[in-house]
Amino acid sequence: MSKFTSPFWEWIVFIPTLLGIIGIVALIIWMSVDTPDTRVEGEEAKSMGHNWDGLEELNNPLPRWWLYSFYVTIYFAVGYLVLYPGSGIYEGVLKWNSTKMYNDEVKQFDQKLKPLFDKYTAMPIPKLAQHKQGMQTARRIFNNNCTICHASDAGGIRGFPSLKDKAWLWGGTAARIKQSITDGRNGNMPAWEKVIKKEGVKQVAHYVASLSRPVKNQALVIAGKKIYNNNCLACHGATGKGNKFLGAPNLTDRAWLYGGTLKTISKSIAYGRKGKMPAHKTLLSPAKIHLLTAYVYSLSASSPKKESPKKEKKK
Amino acid sequence: MTKKDFDSATENQSPTSMYASREKIYPRQVHGLFAFWRSIGVFTLLGLYYLIPWLLWDGHQLILFDLPDRKFYIFGLILWPQDFFLLALILIIAGVSLFFFTAVAGRLWCGFSCPQTVWTEVFLWIERKIEGNRQQQIKLDRQELNAHKIFLKFSKHAVWITFSLFTGFTFVGYFTPIRELGDAISLHTLGGWETFWILFYSVATYGNAGWLREQVCIYMCPYARFQSAMFDADTLIISYDSVRGDPRGSRNKASDKTTLGLGDCIDCTLCVQVCPTGIDIRNGLQYECITCAACVDVCNNVMDKLDYDQGLIRFTTENQLQGKTSKQNKIRPRTLIYSLVLGLLSFTLVYSVATRVPVLLDVVRDRGAIYRETWDGYIENIYTIRILNMDAKTHQYQVTISGMDKLELKMKNKIVTVPAGKVIEVPIWIRGDPNYLTMSRYEINFRVKSIDQPSLVATEESRFFAPRPE
Repeated sequence: MSKFTSPFWEWIVFIPTLLGIIGIVALIIWMSVDTPDTRVEGEEAKSMGHNWDGLEELNNPLPRWWLYSFYVTIYFAVGYLVLYPGSGIYEGVLKWNSTKMYNDEVKQFDQKLKPLFDKYTAMPIPKLAQHKQGMQTARRIFNNNCTICHASDAGGIRGFPSLKDKAWLWGGTAARIKQSITDGRNGNMPAWEKVIKKEGVKQVAHYVASLSRPVKNQALVIAGKKIYNNNCLACHGATGKGNKFLGAPNLTDRAWLYGGTLKTISKSIAYGRKGKMPAHKTLLSPAKIHLLTAYVYSLSASSPKKESPKKEKKK
Repeated sequence: MTKKDFDSATENQSPTSMYASREKIYPRQVHGLFAFWRSIGVFTLLGLYYLIPWLLWDGHQLILFDLPDRKFYIFGLILWPQDFFLLALILIIAGVSLFFFTAVAGRLWCGFSCPQTVWTEVFLWIERKIEGNRQQQIKLDRQELNAHKIFLKFSKHAVWITFSLFTGFTFVGYFTPIRELGDAISLHTLGGWETFWILFYSVATYGNAGWLREQVCIYMCPYARFQSAMFDADTLIISYDSVRGDPRGSRNKASDKTTLGLGDCIDCTLCVQVCPTGIDIRNGLQYECITCAACVDVCNNVMDKLDYDQGLIRFTTENQLQGKTSKQNKIRPRTLIYSLVLGLLSFTLVYSVATRVPVLLDVVRDRGAIYRETWDGYIENIYTIRILNMDAKTHQYQVTISGMDKLELKMKNKIVTVPAGKVIEVPIWIRGDPNYLTMSRYEINFRVKSIDQPSLVATEESRFFAPRPE
């Protein structure tokens, strides 16, 4: 039954519906009664009493099956209101509603697809990642659930990591990927501007950039390293390789979540970053998560390593 | 009405007297020129209807409306939902043709090609074969129920229902390949919807052609009602020539009508007996008249027997009847405008079908991402393109972009093979060097061109976004 804000609305559906049916029955009975005998000469039918420039409107009888068709519609209306929730206050004998219908259909499809998903669930991730048909199914699940953040090619967008490279924030093993999808992840880079001041941010940014590419101002790099060792090492590690248990990114590769220019690195250090991967255990069935895991696994497995940059950024 | 009026009106009559039961019409069989053409119409139209689903073209059914797959096969043409424009055009042409033919030849459609008329003809024929001619049918219906009557009625309905079921089966055969449908019936694996539509169309055929007949034309058909708006004094109608015919009266063949003071009409009422809608054409033009010309044929036969001229009832126009013109005035503003519109529409249809390029390109820009900075410093936009090969052959398409020199198209394979009647989705990346990008938005055009058939080209516009240059 629909949930109206107050019973008033239920009645405002019910009363006109009922009045409508009663009114139509009354109209049929009224119209079935013969009109006064005002026969026009030479015509079999009676006049309706309307005359336009000598044209008389005649009241010719309708075919009787037509009358029956009126009654059929009335019986249909009453039958419908008994069976279905059309009256506003009664849910109907069949207790039909659109939510239930939707759920039933989903259940039906799940039932139909169960053997297929069971087959996939039984396969280990690396093997499933090679399964062509399974990956086609997974691709569609990915499109429906993941592309809005990770892009349709899984290459990521600023702030949302690429899933098709070999750089992993939280680990690229099958188990870690599955955990990321199931329970979600919260990445948290604190804001450092108040602690290390503007100058410190600049120095650390130069040091971080120098981990993955040549940087001109070596003085800033050296100063930055000192601050790094005091503040950043706990999460990002002594060599800047990151920590996959904290979601601290590897700073020595060319994969940047928010951008790798000195300016964006400075921003990340100064104001911090917060990343959130939502938990999908309530949104997707374990079988679908298993498939998605295999899909993401397959993307990364087939991607080249990003270690030798083809091109230096000129900015 | 007042209470008194109401009482007096209801006193002697049943409360439903404003509704009349249908009185069955027993059209008498006619032979003649128009009856011949009408049977030609019935044979051709029904013949095509029942035959077409069984014919094949290039391995598929000649005409098949594949709804689940959303493809219409019409001879060599495969129409997709994207070709809906053509369907609209065909329907408009059908509508305007109706106007045009009505303006020229009256209700030609009603009398000779309307499914209601055509199927009723077949049902009448079956009825006649089983129950006999008009007199025999009337006699049978008045008879008390006996074994013979039960046998005749049962046989008639059995034949009608069988024919209707075959009609319903054929109808669904236009939507599900008819051979598969036949197999499904023999193997009892018919789907729910197919069963429903076969039965629905069978019941409709049986009910409309067996029972409702002229009631459809008189009470249900909107065309019968708005035709009067399309009629004028030069429209071809069937009319009784009252100047020549009246006063009516029976006579001996040997006697002279002028000495008897009679017109040509011998008042034999054959024109009423043959009328499938049960009207008397001698009362003038009536909306019930479907111009089947049965009365024309039967009256001409009578005139021949009496050695009178044919055409007491004939195809004519109001102006001709009144002696204003001797021939139908076919060229009128109305017919000129209709034929002009019809010609233009038909030309558009032929042109669109002839120049139709059976390939379509769809470009879907990633909705979540405006742009992406790649690890090696480029600005990248992500697209998914869909190539729809609407042709009956497999084609290879080359993808290119235009609109900006500095942009580079990236895809796994720049030649995409799309099988006949399939849609292939391909991911595409477009990247640009931020050092050369001077705007934050570029209008670009995607283009696919078949390598094996260069006339197959489709383009689609999209956009490339980059960060605002500093």
